[in-house]
Amino acid sequence: MTARQVYVPVAALLIFLVAWEALVWVMGWPTFKMAAPSDLPPAYAKYWELFLTMGWQTLWRTVAGLLLAVVFGTALGMVMGFSRTMRDALYPLLVGFNAVPKATVVPIVALMFVGWHDFNTVLIAFMISFFPIAVSVSIGLSTLEPEYRDILRSLGASQSTIFWKIALPKTLPEFFGALKVSVTLAFIGTNLMEIVSPHGRGLGALFDSGKTNSDYPLMFAVLIALALLGILLYYIVVALEKTFAGWADRSNL
Amino acid sequence: MTLDNLIDITGVRHAYRTASGPLPVLDGLELSVPEGGFVAVVGPSGCGKSTLTRLIAGLLIPDQGEVRVHGTRITAPRSNVGMAFQNPVLLEWRTILQNVLLPLEIVPTKLSKAQGEDRARKLLALVGLEGFENKRPSELSGGMKQRASLCRALIHAPEVLILDEPFGALDAFTREDLWQIMHRVKAEEPFTGVLITHDLRESIFLADQVVVLSGRPARTQYVLDIPDTGLRTLDHLYTPEAATMLNTLRHQIEVAQGRVPAEASA
Repeated sequence: MTARQVYVPVAALLIFLVAWEALVWVMGWPTFKMAAPSDLPPAYAKYWELFLTMGWQTLWRTVAGLLLAVVFGTALGMVMGFSRTMRDALYPLLVGFNAVPKATVVPIVALMFVGWHDFNTVLIAFMISFFPIAVSVSIGLSTLEPEYRDILRSLGASQSTIFWKIALPKTLPEFFGALKVSVTLAFIGTNLMEIVSPHGRGLGALFDSGKTNSDYPLMFAVLIALALLGILLYYIVVALEKTFAGWADRSNL
Repeated sequence: MTLDNLIDITGVRHAYRTASGPLPVLDGLELSVPEGGFVAVVGPSGCGKSTLTRLIAGLLIPDQGEVRVHGTRITAPRSNVGMAFQNPVLLEWRTILQNVLLPLEIVPTKLSKAQGEDRARKLLALVGLEGFENKRPSELSGGMKQRASLCRALIHAPEVLILDEPFGALDAFTREDLWQIMHRVKAEEPFTGVLITHDLRESIFLADQVVVLSGRPARTQYVLDIPDTGLRTLDHLYTPEAATMLNTLRHQIEVAQGRVPAEASA
């Protein structure tokens, strides 16, 4: 990583914060309308212990949902990628499922598994984030040029050899593209459940308590903390992509 | 069936099943390639030439007739063929050397890992890719990729080399380069080959027999033997003999396309 890659995003962040502060100051907004960045450090200082424990709760449940989404999405994508019939059968179902706003599913799931707070939070994070992975894997597999298959099949390779040696690695760039989308979606899922379900766990619950207590700086502080967690996970995915699918990056040629 | 031939294709008929009924692509295809022979197959576009390569590779079983390699009827893919296509289909995540080594990971081989690598390096050097072993495919030009693809097709010393328009997408100069490399490879690494091509000059320069297929459904329409003139150079393409052969082939293609009646003289 070059110095440029560090100071450019940091500078962009500073400009954003200054603009935000200036906007609130110029408009003369009170904190209940919009908190300024300068209101946030006191909120963090006051509740830092809550931020750590609840941030961790949100983070692990998001990652668990995401891992489930990767396993299930990849499996579903493989089924749809290899079989035309399954593709025709499952696409409408999948699209329909994805079109249902997850905010409406949250109360249903919360009632269905009432008391299982970790489980239903992970479930929503999973439900909201597997779709891009399934679609990208299925497209990656179904668009494999027939010559790749022929080269290996003519040597007597089995279907599973073709999958491991060619289909899977060839699909990795699309997979990681989808995973970047899924990471942010999973956070939305986790927080939807944490805000709706009355268990008082996770950053979503902290946001909700800020709302109940009219602690507006706290609400904004939660939003920023969520953004930071999102950025953290996103860059972990980027690092994994560099390791496993770095060959697909042509920008340095 | 004669045992002298490595590949024997007799009375092959094949039709693809489509939504609007069966689409016959091959009807009465005959083709024999002796051991060490190199046959070029030419014919109008879409006449079923690529279907022919899939038959020899065992990727497709004909509706009727039979395909034999070394006297054994082909009913499934066997590990003794090497294939190269117009699209070099190298694996982008592997280096050139690893790409060439791919078949050795699949077919049973007596070579150790080190011996396989030595052989891959030797083949790469033979086609002029020395020093590119650790490059990625994306760093190579089209002609270089095609040369690497050729090495991959040869690494496991296949009984049959199937080339499906491997030089079709290259510019004229690169193509002529590769023709000469093919002769060098054939001298060092003798193989029995079937070359599908659209280029008549390529067919008479590389092959020792040219088979013209008729329009769809394809049957063997004409066979031209290329006299053995020893080492061939590009100059051979500009001799009166070459001109006569090219004229004959062009006339046969026109017949295959249905543009001129078969009895018209060349």
